[in-house]
Amino acid sequence: MNRSTTMKKGFLVTIIFCLFVFTVSVFGQTQDVLIKNATILTAANGTLLNTDILIQNGKIAKIGKNLTASSNAKVIDATGKFISPGIIDCHSHSMMDGSINEGSFSVTSMTRTRDIINSTDITLYRALAGGVTGLNLLHGSANAIGGQNTVVKAKYGKPIEELPIPDAPPGIKFALGENPKRSHFTPQPGQSRRYPASRMGVNEVIRDAFVRARDYKAEWDEYKAKVAKGDKTAVPPRKDLELEPIVEILEGKRYVHSHGYRAEEYLALLQLAEEFGFRVRTLQHGLEAYKIAPEIAKHGAGVSIFADYWGYKIEAWDAIPYNAAILWKNGVVVSINSDDDERMRRLNLDAAKIMKYGDVPEEEALKMVTLNPAKQLGIDKRTGSIEVGKDADIVIWTAHPFSVYSRVETTMIEGEVYFDRSTDAAKRQAMEKERQELEKADVNRAPGTGGGPPRVPSEKRKSDHDDAEKGGN
Amino acid sequence: MKLRITNYELRITNLLALWLVLLLCGLTVNAQLNSGALQNNNGKAGTFVIKNARIVTVSGAVIESGTVVIKDGKIAAVGATAAAPSGAEVIDGRGLSVYPGMIDAATNLGLIEIGLGAPGTVDTNELGDNNANEKAIIAVNPYSAFVNVSRNIGVTTVLTKPQSGLISGQSAVINLVGSTPGEMAVSANNALIINFPRVVAGFGGGFGGFGGPAPDFNELVRRRDTAVDGLKKTFKEALEYGRLQDAYAKDKTLPKPKTDLRMAAMVPFVRGEKPIIFSAERERDIKAVIKFADEMKVKAIILGGQEASKAATELKQKSIPVIFTNIYNLPVREDDAYDAFFAEAGKLQKAGVLFCIATDSETAVIRDLPEQAGIAAAFDLPKEEALKAVTLYPAQILGVADKLGSIEVGKIANIVVTDGDMLEARTKVKYLFINGRLLPLTSRHTELYEQFKDRKPNQ
Repeated sequence: MNRSTTMKKGFLVTIIFCLFVFTVSVFGQTQDVLIKNATILTAANGTLLNTDILIQNGKIAKIGKNLTASSNAKVIDATGKFISPGIIDCHSHSMMDGSINEGSFSVTSMTRTRDIINSTDITLYRALAGGVTGLNLLHGSANAIGGQNTVVKAKYGKPIEELPIPDAPPGIKFALGENPKRSHFTPQPGQSRRYPASRMGVNEVIRDAFVRARDYKAEWDEYKAKVAKGDKTAVPPRKDLELEPIVEILEGKRYVHSHGYRAEEYLALLQLAEEFGFRVRTLQHGLEAYKIAPEIAKHGAGVSIFADYWGYKIEAWDAIPYNAAILWKNGVVVSINSDDDERMRRLNLDAAKIMKYGDVPEEEALKMVTLNPAKQLGIDKRTGSIEVGKDADIVIWTAHPFSVYSRVETTMIEGEVYFDRSTDAAKRQAMEKERQELEKADVNRAPGTGGGPPRVPSEKRKSDHDDAEKGGN
Repeated sequence: MKLRITNYELRITNLLALWLVLLLCGLTVNAQLNSGALQNNNGKAGTFVIKNARIVTVSGAVIESGTVVIKDGKIAAVGATAAAPSGAEVIDGRGLSVYPGMIDAATNLGLIEIGLGAPGTVDTNELGDNNANEKAIIAVNPYSAFVNVSRNIGVTTVLTKPQSGLISGQSAVINLVGSTPGEMAVSANNALIINFPRVVAGFGGGFGGFGGPAPDFNELVRRRDTAVDGLKKTFKEALEYGRLQDAYAKDKTLPKPKTDLRMAAMVPFVRGEKPIIFSAERERDIKAVIKFADEMKVKAIILGGQEASKAATELKQKSIPVIFTNIYNLPVREDDAYDAFFAEAGKLQKAGVLFCIATDSETAVIRDLPEQAGIAAAFDLPKEEALKAVTLYPAQILGVADKLGSIEVGKIANIVVTDGDMLEARTKVKYLFINGRLLPLTSRHTELYEQFKDRKPNQ
């Protein structure tokens, strides 16, 4: 190989590299999007009529009238349409493979929902079709102290590592009442019941964990102090994966999201938290939270509830649809969650109901499925409302999202379209065509016509629900 | 310490005073104590006139400003103008809308109070496969807390049903008012509920081998066919039973046939005199029901109907209606359209199949009946049809359209007065009439709300 050939090759490689860099810098960025002439429910600054939104680099760049964009921007005419912030579901067990309950111990703080999320789960797509852009993926409620949560954007089909919101503070699931008591759990032959079996026991399990975590932290503090003093003989304490996250709670670095129903068990938890010097971030379900609204407000916890679901078990008997109104009047940050892959698709209507029960104003009700869950999850600086500088997590609706007659047209996350009804219709046609082609093949003869056994898809994911609710494992 | 005792004494004195007042006021106070929702307050009967309201009759045109007269429990008059009978209580309906009460054609109301943790309150499930003689109306609890909660959003009538085994028993159409099941009944034993045998695929086998190998599909079809044959045999036995009983009734010299309560209960249904509600979801199962009903010459109603539109031609041809109960279910298969069940009702309507929308879920979900109809309307069911799907159509399907389902003279006065579109989640019910009784809009929920809405700590 002579020198000039090598030089030519090197030159060519350089040019290709430069072209590549140029391409990435120009086309790798998200395309600008200009949405024109919509009714915008900002969930922060009221409703804006006939207004445009300009999205640049996945962020809301401008909100105003008669906005213009660069010539290569994508322009969406939203005349007659409504725009809301993406819905954030503050309690979900969606898109997780396998059981969401590590039911063996009463404290399973070492487990992480992050390890079992599946971004290709079809329920995520169906959630997008209901306007959901963010989810709090919680461990189940089988344990007094359960596993660590994951706060994600609903980026269906993207690599797993792109889903968790990087700056979302970490959290953990706690659970009180019937589920950690395992009241509805029938032990299998040879299986014994697990401590605790009473609300008193649940509280003691939590107390025990915090006492151990405090001691563990003291050991580490002592060790670190020795090291700081230059003590070379200091031996570090044994790392404890169960207690590490609980120490983070004590240090105010990890949010507690506690499942529970009855007022007194929540009061006991709030008192315990105050004793150990931390604040419970959210009470999840909180069906009786209205009974202790002033105490919750004083503690500073948020509450994430069902709009009007009730009576499905004993501890849900005192649930009332006025829960949100009473909490809101007491200044508590309230969110409406689904805890269910099906209900997740219609949280907009659950928020609408809140207006009916206790006269909560429209924007406050809308916040309960957008800005408030964002606040509860510590992600409100980047999402949850339509404000300049925030992520462009946006839903375009055919009518006011509180109307039963409304339908999602487009859902975008950080300016990228993840659901679009017209695209969906086209995909359906393509899939139907593919199905017909495949069904023609001999191996795919219709079931029951004497052909071989078909490959039967599992008809329903097993992890849709928190099985502790239904008396599962 | 002293102070405490004084306080205590004070309280005792207060209590004594209260007790004295109670004693003196006698019946009045008693009535007040009983006025609450927990006692399923029956409101008051009387003659009522709703004036100047927008009247959505459902069966006819909307009257933009008109009058409805309620008398003796019935709708006495409706129109742009109608004379108010003397002594009538007048409600000014300006800005309000008047609708017929909604009908949820598939519930367990009054048969389940708390599903999880209180098995003593669950009466939907009986042992055994044939319970044709079990009647919902026997066990309906008029004092269920769900009565008020459901009616307060405008559901005035439900079908409540047992649900276990193969032949579950007989359903009842009840109004959500009344102190006894009999007072509630619109049509006591209106239909027989049958969980039609189906091909259940997708169980067993799979990765890891839990549950053993998956049964061969053709084997599953054979099992279904065997079960259907068994059901046919039971139907034929019931026909024969009826024939023998009739023969004996005419001619007492014949040997007296033994009474069999299950067979006796089945007779009117297998003879096609009363409808049978068959639960069936998939196309193949719905078509199997159609074939069965045709062969056995019975009046069938499909309950569930996930894929009913795929059998629309046959359903229409055989006049088999569908109680569609899947608005709140996720599509079954991964490659099903996200809106498969939202759009199904619209498809049935377009195909000319008589259908209604019902919840058939936990009793708490009855409160979502209007939303469910509204969602169907968002996915291509015309709005007026969505309203009919929870009023007139269920009345027609359940055989009570002569009494319910629309605002027409002579029908039972189940009337809902709202501040807006009845199907909208935000709409509030302002007045409620069932059986012509004006009902207080209280419930267990409003009572707890009143108790806690202004609570301050230590008060």
